[in-house]
Amino acid sequence: MTSNVSITLQNTDDGRGIVAAIIADNPEAVVSTYPAMTKIDCPSRLIMNKTSIEQQLGREFDLHELNLTMVSISGNVDEDDDRLLLMWNV
Amino acid sequence: MNTPNPNERLRKLSLKERYAHLTRGLDWQPTYQDKKKIFPFTDYEGIKIHDWDAFEDPFRLTMDSYWKYQAEKERKLYAVIDSFAQNNGQMNISDARYINALKIFITAVSPLEYAAHRGFAHVGRHFEGVGPRIACQFQAIDELRHAQTQIHTISHFNKFFDGLHDPLHMYNRVWYLSVPKSFFEDAITAGPFEFLTAVSFSFEYVLTSLLFVPFMSGAAYNGDMATVTFGFSAQSDESRHMTLGLEIIKFMLQQDEGNVPIVQKWIDKWFWRGYRLLSIIAMMMDYMLPKKIMSWKEAWEMYFEQGGGALFNDLSRYGIRLPKYHEVAKAEKDHYSHQAWSTFYQYSHASAFHTWTPSEEEMTWFAEKYPASFNQLYRPRYDYWAKAEADGKRFYNNGLPQLCQVCQIPTFFTEPTDPTRISTRTKIYNGERFYFCSDGCHDIFEDEPEKYLQSWLPVHQILQGNCGGTTVPEVLDWYHLNQGADNFDYLGSPDEALWENWQSARKRVIAS
Repeated sequence: MTSNVSITLQNTDDGRGIVAAIIADNPEAVVSTYPAMTKIDCPSRLIMNKTSIEQQLGREFDLHELNLTMVSISGNVDEDDDRLLLMWNV
Repeated sequence: MNTPNPNERLRKLSLKERYAHLTRGLDWQPTYQDKKKIFPFTDYEGIKIHDWDAFEDPFRLTMDSYWKYQAEKERKLYAVIDSFAQNNGQMNISDARYINALKIFITAVSPLEYAAHRGFAHVGRHFEGVGPRIACQFQAIDELRHAQTQIHTISHFNKFFDGLHDPLHMYNRVWYLSVPKSFFEDAITAGPFEFLTAVSFSFEYVLTSLLFVPFMSGAAYNGDMATVTFGFSAQSDESRHMTLGLEIIKFMLQQDEGNVPIVQKWIDKWFWRGYRLLSIIAMMMDYMLPKKIMSWKEAWEMYFEQGGGALFNDLSRYGIRLPKYHEVAKAEKDHYSHQAWSTFYQYSHASAFHTWTPSEEEMTWFAEKYPASFNQLYRPRYDYWAKAEADGKRFYNNGLPQLCQVCQIPTFFTEPTDPTRISTRTKIYNGERFYFCSDGCHDIFEDEPEKYLQSWLPVHQILQGNCGGTTVPEVLDWYHLNQGADNFDYLGSPDEALWENWQSARKRVIAS
């Protein structure tokens, strides 16, 4: 059985750019839009790349800035300087 | 020659290196004090930890980042709160009925944030490992921030609406608020590992998404910009808290095989306790958001059955299974919010928020969202009550309910296999009979009877004369409930009068 990992982001200016970066880097991502927030589900694994987000936002982006936009997550997290991964290991 | 070039900047440390410097090697081994005396609580629950350094925060958050981004969150939040107050945002919500959800929030949830602050400050001192200690200390500060920002946000509504004036006093006294209070006091009086399983894992990871995510989206949809902002500001910390919850569970499971059955027992207990606490959230989502986004049932399916299913699927490699009685929660999803709301409707005279019978439009929505239960079981009940109300015979339940010894909720839930029969379980312990709402609560009692026989049950306390007097008005005075304003139906309340006044002023402006 494939499990979805998931991230929910605020519908803010930064949030829109981050969502666009996630969609570009994760072809299997499914996006659901709600009032004030967007939920993205993806089978097994989802990657957020610093460079893709920077490209979308047109400025430098420290991945810890995700703290300002993230509403909820589901999955094991691994963050380093360049990317944040969400994954289920099974 | 290796002379350093003064113009060459030092290489910036990577995130992994910075986190390692913060959490490794700064601690020392005591020489003249017994380590057990310094950390007296980490052994007695039976959890065995062989290597504390194996714990790592996967966000690798460091102090500088923490303060920088928390300060940024505060600036953003307070800008919105100021703007909301300055621009009379309270006038732009969908309907004043919505404010009643905030009354529950400030009296039932915000005091839990403060209790969580105390709990995490405690475990943040008492864990032997620096990684979990720092994660808990961050969270202790977060929780204090949540309590403060919620009080600051909702204090604006207190200038206009009733029932928001004394939340902490009410939290300690009002009958239905003993449900969240006893939940947290149960957690905080447990050992540090059980506390984290209860709050960080079961509550934050498995369950609170249901409170802070769809409900807050609902707040936005109902025009409450202030609440959605504090909600999402808190929830952005929550993503970190959820991760601490999952990591601490994996850490315990990886450290020693003997930890697995202990952790499973805690997951079973705290899933059930948290799920029972969420009955109030189910009702807030379905009944108290005038404009609706998703039903309790849909939220439960999305966040527990799918999200939680993926989580427990992942944890199965450690020998962890889905929490006991999850199938009962599944069976109850068609009934949960309706049974909770109809109980509060009957006790509206003794509550610090207003109730109402749902409109025809809402009942149509319920019938669509709950095809297996609403028209069959709950619509007839509301029709009956609405008719009684129209005939001037509004139904109030003047009896005091039997409370569950563990979750402290009146035993109003029905049998998972038969929604027309009230579920009650009993157990005789030391010659005394105790009552429960479910097998879940019964089992929790059975495991630690000496803990739960001390429960401060509001109904028992009223009957024993410990709550201000023997009549309902005396007890309500003792609650600091402003009678005639805070309680009874929304229709006819001062809240309604104020709201209608604002609406007619708006209509006059449009007409002129």
